Amino acid sequence: MNSEKEKYAITATGLSRRFGDLFAVNNIDLKIPTGSIYGFLGPNGSGKSTTIRMLCGLLIPTSGTVEVLGLQIPKQAEILKNQIGYMTQKFSLYDDLTVKENLSFVGEIYAIPRKQRKLRVNELLEEFELLDRAKQRAGTLSGGQRQRLALAAAILHKPSLLLLDEPTSAVDPQNRRDFWATLFVLAEQGTTILVSTHYMDEAERCHRLAILDEGVIVADNSPKKLGENIDMNVYEVITEKTNEARVALSNISEVFSVTQVGLHLRVLLPKSVPDSLQKVEAVLQSNDLTGRVTAIEPNLEDVFVAVTEKHRQEERQEVIS
Amino acid sequence: MKSLLRLYAIFHKEFTQLMRDRLTFGMIAGIPLIQLVLFGYAINTDVRNLTAALVDQAGTSMSRQMVSDMGASQVVDFQYQLATVEELTTLMDAGKISIGLVIPPDFDRRVLSGDRAAAQILVDGTDPIILGVGRQLASIPVNFDSPRRLQTPAGLEVRNFYNPERRSAVNIVPGLIGVILTMTMALFTAVAIVREKERGNMEFLITTPVKPLELMLGKILPYVAIGFIQVSLILLLGWILFSVPIQGKLSDVYLAALVFIAANLALGLFISTSAKTQFQAMQMTFFFFLPSILLSGFMFPFDGMPKAAQFIAEVLPLTHFNRIIRNIMLRGTELDFLSTDMLALIGFAFVALSIAILRFNKRLD
Repeated sequence: MNSEKEKYAITATGLSRRFGDLFAVNNIDLKIPTGSIYGFLGPNGSGKSTTIRMLCGLLIPTSGTVEVLGLQIPKQAEILKNQIGYMTQKFSLYDDLTVKENLSFVGEIYAIPRKQRKLRVNELLEEFELLDRAKQRAGTLSGGQRQRLALAAAILHKPSLLLLDEPTSAVDPQNRRDFWATLFVLAEQGTTILVSTHYMDEAERCHRLAILDEGVIVADNSPKKLGENIDMNVYEVITEKTNEARVALSNISEVFSVTQVGLHLRVLLPKSVPDSLQKVEAVLQSNDLTGRVTAIEPNLEDVFVAVTEKHRQEERQEVIS
Repeated sequence: MKSLLRLYAIFHKEFTQLMRDRLTFGMIAGIPLIQLVLFGYAINTDVRNLTAALVDQAGTSMSRQMVSDMGASQVVDFQYQLATVEELTTLMDAGKISIGLVIPPDFDRRVLSGDRAAAQILVDGTDPIILGVGRQLASIPVNFDSPRRLQTPAGLEVRNFYNPERRSAVNIVPGLIGVILTMTMALFTAVAIVREKERGNMEFLITTPVKPLELMLGKILPYVAIGFIQVSLILLLGWILFSVPIQGKLSDVYLAALVFIAANLALGLFISTSAKTQFQAMQMTFFFFLPSILLSGFMFPFDGMPKAAQFIAEVLPLTHFNRIIRNIMLRGTELDFLSTDMLALIGFAFVALSIAILRFNKRLD
């Protein structure tokens, strides 16, 4: 029992949250291994933020049980607050305080003794390349600098669990890379990290990933396994008349989805369709289109499209039956 | 220990932010200055030199004696000498005069017989204060040196305590301490927590171990200091500009102010936990501020108000503070912590703060 507790930083069963008539989160189960980077991937409104807020006691679940770091949430949420770091997409520190004042304030709030606090603040200023900005007001920082400051503040008290709600939505790719490099270091040191995102490239970096759609977890595995497990064949179609080919393929009922990426198309067909490669070529030929069709590995976007669409079809069928 | 450090964290942060907020800082000094000058100079309830007209149809020494008595009171200034009552009413209709005195031809006989009104005072009643002055003038006895001296009825003699020169400022400055503190203290704290909600700081704060009590106290403590600065400023200006005395002990003034500041800060926090935006918080503060000004006895005497208004006034901290501060500053009474007014203030602060802390939860739903 004890080892089970140590193995998972977060376990949730049957977790739901209703706002009026709407189920923002609907009966989800979670097991997040200690020391891993666990991603929530989903479109806006899929329940990512609501779930994270329930996990740290900011929202009370309508039903279900949550255990975080061995503590019952929301009952023991106040004890938990010493052990978690929380960061949202919106900058939530003080614009009218300087970088250093913000960090010192956070240190005081976590009641870190003075000497330690000073050391830690300086350490973080250096680590996050904010030393030359220490006396600058947070409101005048660039997006990347603000985000570094926010992350520094979130990990100042060395939390064992880090909850990041779309932390990189306001920064450029370079800052995002640096941000993720820091996350990997933290994970290596044993911090469990739960991060929500709607960027595929970010989701791909997670150790494990849950895809959320309409408040439900529609897939949950490592990014690699998710790709292997989808029930789809993926083809790349290169043709001169991309638009016409897209229209022609979309009209075929066996084709699950067609997406244009640059000058070529990604076509998804269920594995249950026999000889699907030939089928795609036949469609092109019958429309007087010349082109090359190649089978390729599914990427995370394909997975995302496949599992969310499948979930929605199942929902519809349930309603009909 | 940890709790104290967290409390200090909030206090220190709030104070730093306050020092950087120039507008708020300007209001701290600006509001007392402007209000004091405005109320002290402009709002003057003791009336002097009202423009008046005279129709003296008697023209006797007795009538002239009365006119000069009235003029000596400095309340009226007879700028017009008219022949007929019609001319006088025309002037009054035109708004040129506020008061008119009509002395009939048989004035002397009327005075001596005493069976009819000797003269008539015409008053522009649109302003109740002028009406009051008219009544006051009517009670001036007609005095004259004559062997058949009129026996003046045994009227009431008025003796003015505590404010012998009948200066409004003496009454207004102590009252203004309360009014200014109500306005600034409640407003500053009312927006204090809502601002953190609006700017998104609150979502961070509630994920930290900070306790509601630490957050509330840390937020209001800087404003206690500001309240004291304002009190000092008003006392100093009141003394320099209007020579308003402090009959009682200065320490009592500050002690009473401290309790009153606490009551208003607690009220501000309560508003802060109820409002969703800073604008709402301001509206709520003014909803509270207006009755405070009108009903607390600052503007109108408490005893003159209807029972229902008095009942509402008793709930407002300003009513109690006005009584306490006037007692200390004008009557030189010692501050009694067990007086009903002090207990009411302490009770108000305690209840408002408790409700604020209970209402504030560290959650988003």
